[in-house]
Amino acid sequence: MAALDKGDEAKEGVDQETVDTVREVGGAYKYGWETDIEMDYAPLGLDADIVRLISAKNGEPQWMTDWRLSAYERWLQKEEPTWAMVEYPEIDFQSQYYYARPKSMEVKPESLDDVDPKLLETYEKLGIPLKEQMILAGVEGAGETTPADARIGAGEDRQGERRVAVDAVFDSVSVGTTFQAELKKAGVIFCSISEAIRDHPDLVRKYLGSVVPVSDNFYATLNSAVFSDGSFVYVPPGVRCPMELSTYFRINAENTGQFERTLIIADKGSFVSYLEGCTAPKRDETQLHAAVVEIIAEEDAEVKYSTVQNWFPGDENGKGGIYNFVTKRADCRGDRSKVMWTQVETGSAVTWKYPSCILRGDDSQGEFYSIAITNNWQQADTGTKMVHLGKNTKSRIVSKGISAGHAQNTYRGLVSMHPKAQNSRNYTQCDSLLIGSTCGAHTVPYIEVKNNSARVEHEATTSKVDDDQLFYCRQRGMDEEEAVALVVNGFCRDVLQALPMEFAMEAQQLVAISLEGSVG
Amino acid sequence: MAVTQVKVDATEARLAAIPAPDKGAAWIEAARDAARARLREMGLPGRRDEYWKFTRPDSLTAPEAPAAALFEMGEPQVFDGFDRVKLVFVDGVFDADSSDDPALAGVEIERLATAAQTDIHWARETYGILEARGQTPVPRPLAALNTACAGDGVLIRATARAEKPISLIYRHESKTSDAYLHHVIRVESGAELTLLENGPAAARFNKVMEVDIADGGRFNHVRAQGRDHERRAATHIFARLGAEAVFKSFTMTVNGQMTRNECVVEMAGDDAVAHVAGAAMGDGDFHDDDTVFVTHDAERCESRQVFKKVLRGGAVGVFQGKILVKAGAQKTDGYQISQSLLLDGDSQFLAKPELEIYADDVVCSHGSTTGAIDADTLYYLRSRGLPKAEATDLLVLSFLAEAVEEIEDDALRNEVTARLGAWLARRRG
Repeated sequence: MAALDKGDEAKEGVDQETVDTVREVGGAYKYGWETDIEMDYAPLGLDADIVRLISAKNGEPQWMTDWRLSAYERWLQKEEPTWAMVEYPEIDFQSQYYYARPKSMEVKPESLDDVDPKLLETYEKLGIPLKEQMILAGVEGAGETTPADARIGAGEDRQGERRVAVDAVFDSVSVGTTFQAELKKAGVIFCSISEAIRDHPDLVRKYLGSVVPVSDNFYATLNSAVFSDGSFVYVPPGVRCPMELSTYFRINAENTGQFERTLIIADKGSFVSYLEGCTAPKRDETQLHAAVVEIIAEEDAEVKYSTVQNWFPGDENGKGGIYNFVTKRADCRGDRSKVMWTQVETGSAVTWKYPSCILRGDDSQGEFYSIAITNNWQQADTGTKMVHLGKNTKSRIVSKGISAGHAQNTYRGLVSMHPKAQNSRNYTQCDSLLIGSTCGAHTVPYIEVKNNSARVEHEATTSKVDDDQLFYCRQRGMDEEEAVALVVNGFCRDVLQALPMEFAMEAQQLVAISLEGSVG
Repeated sequence: MAVTQVKVDATEARLAAIPAPDKGAAWIEAARDAARARLREMGLPGRRDEYWKFTRPDSLTAPEAPAAALFEMGEPQVFDGFDRVKLVFVDGVFDADSSDDPALAGVEIERLATAAQTDIHWARETYGILEARGQTPVPRPLAALNTACAGDGVLIRATARAEKPISLIYRHESKTSDAYLHHVIRVESGAELTLLENGPAAARFNKVMEVDIADGGRFNHVRAQGRDHERRAATHIFARLGAEAVFKSFTMTVNGQMTRNECVVEMAGDDAVAHVAGAAMGDGDFHDDDTVFVTHDAERCESRQVFKKVLRGGAVGVFQGKILVKAGAQKTDGYQISQSLLLDGDSQFLAKPELEIYADDVVCSHGSTTGAIDADTLYYLRSRGLPKAEATDLLVLSFLAEAVEEIEDDALRNEVTARLGAWLARRRG
């Protein structure tokens, strides 16, 4: 926000608070600090012993250890995919740590009160106080949200206050999960996946790997072998989860990969809204993050999964940043089930991510709303797969890609209508916006239609920020960057509207920050 | 990526099975050697290649051409009513007796087999050159195979506006013919040429056409791919456009067991215009693949891709289209639409419409839709007294019209529309 640095005086028509907020969120990546904390590491590199060690650290039963080992065996056979339109130096899988745990977490604290204050401080600083109060994941200033602002729906209790249960993952371990007791009353299980493996082995065994098979792809297979923690959600039949659930991932340790696993099961007729946030310190070396998220939606169940991905994107010269290679997939198993993915991708040096829906149940629905913003030297290859298997299934894809600086932004998607997916519908819209002449925006959709009662529509456009719109804004006294941010926010509106309220606010700010320095 | 042993073996087997063309002058032998080396480097397409994701290349790459029954055409052939210069090829070999005298003011027409013996020839600047340029970023091994092995074809150089079209007619007279033709066309600055193509050519047909259009040149191309049910074809067009050049190509494909039409267009000069369009209809064992790659490498160019497919009885339609806008190709206007109409539950439409853009001041869009005939529209027509079959055909024709309208010349456009209508009427019985 160059213009704001010139003086403190607010422009006419723009109140001081707005200017302050913008200044505050402006500037460099603000989550780039690190927590100085003593860590336990597994030995450097990866082999079968490391896999056993991770399993032992988590106190897992033998079946889980075997599951991991078989994944590791398969991973050795697999080749790293090269089809995505991203370029990065070869990753040395032996020169990083696969497990890093704060020393103070050696014995898992009984309650949040026993958690190392340093860790609590970390999350406090990130804007996620791990206290059971009105808290919001990854959102700043959200504590001031007035009840009137709160969206009607899940997470709203009798007083109209919004609460969010948080599972906080720090490097390889879950630090704590809030509101567990209250959720338990409603029958909802929300805990770290390591706890779930111990306490709910039947559920985990039944569902783990049933959506993303062990050998699905290179990174998912790696994750299956070495995932250290993550979140587990089970919503029993007919239950509307009383609050929004969220996981906040923080990478802190150096040279450490984060491999988390999330498993969400929405049983018949249930509803859950889940939020995910993530940040990492600023470092010159790149770090690997390879997560797997599996969602199972049974009959009439609905799952809403929102992500604001804000991993460190690397500096303006493309140094450092997170390699974000993520497999996310939802299985709409039951009839009339519904899964909605919403993602705002602003961080990471390299993103490789395709949240997908398998629409197996009749009348099931999948939705995908995405904003991917790349600036400087970031590269993103992201999109979705909608696989229509059941009758009368519907899917909708809205993807907005924004590319600035030297960044490359690719939408890659698949819409597949199987012969039995009678009367199914898909609508896809992917728009790209280019800011500057040194970036790239690409669209690679795959469309496979194998029955004639299905209707598939795909549209894509690529353009630059409209000069007339910019001129209009500048005429009204905005500087160029502000004007671009406003136009871009307008461009993203369809997707921002699909986000839970507070996420949308954060996302809007992120859109402005991510494009910092891209104009002029 | 290194070529797998399976591919190496398949490529060698294929090369060994093709009789070498007559030895020509040094320039063409050098071009053939280079193409053979290119082919060996990439190997023939395999089933697992991304660019062949939707089309199985097996029958196009097998050493022996699968047999194709000869097809008796009862009615006059398409374009018969036009004043044109006819050049006839029978199973891939030029037939001088059936052809017209290749004399046309402002145009030089030569047979490749003859020109290949000439030491100094204009075609040396183009033969295999445009094909080689079109091999990146995506390899097109069947085109390299053609450059290496084709012994015949036509070389056309237009230096002025040609007053009538040149018409290439491909006859299929042997059940197992495996034909290779390589045409080179050069449209000089300010010249204009219309080229027509029709006929099934061979049981298996591999054709490459290199089109070099100098600044301000215009090239129109209308092609009708034969009605033979069993023929297979892999064709490539490589076009390079100079400043303000115009390239327009339309293809009608009706039946045929396997068709893969690739069109690779390079917009090298500012303000050039390229339109590539196709209308395809097929039923049963019909596999029709249109693969288009348009590269914008100059400012203010316009490109359009319009492809429509009507499929029934288990037919498969494929469209792979790409608009690549290179850095600096500002003010590009790129448009691409691919649509299919599935007339029954067995047919499939597979599409991959891509955009790859490195310049910011551009307008590029693409659209793709697939669906059945709109029930309401059909009902409307039937309520006006039209029998269902006729109403369906009317809607099919109007669906294809957007692609057919890309043909500039009224008479040619009417001819193509009439052919499509006649085919539908015959099918109705």
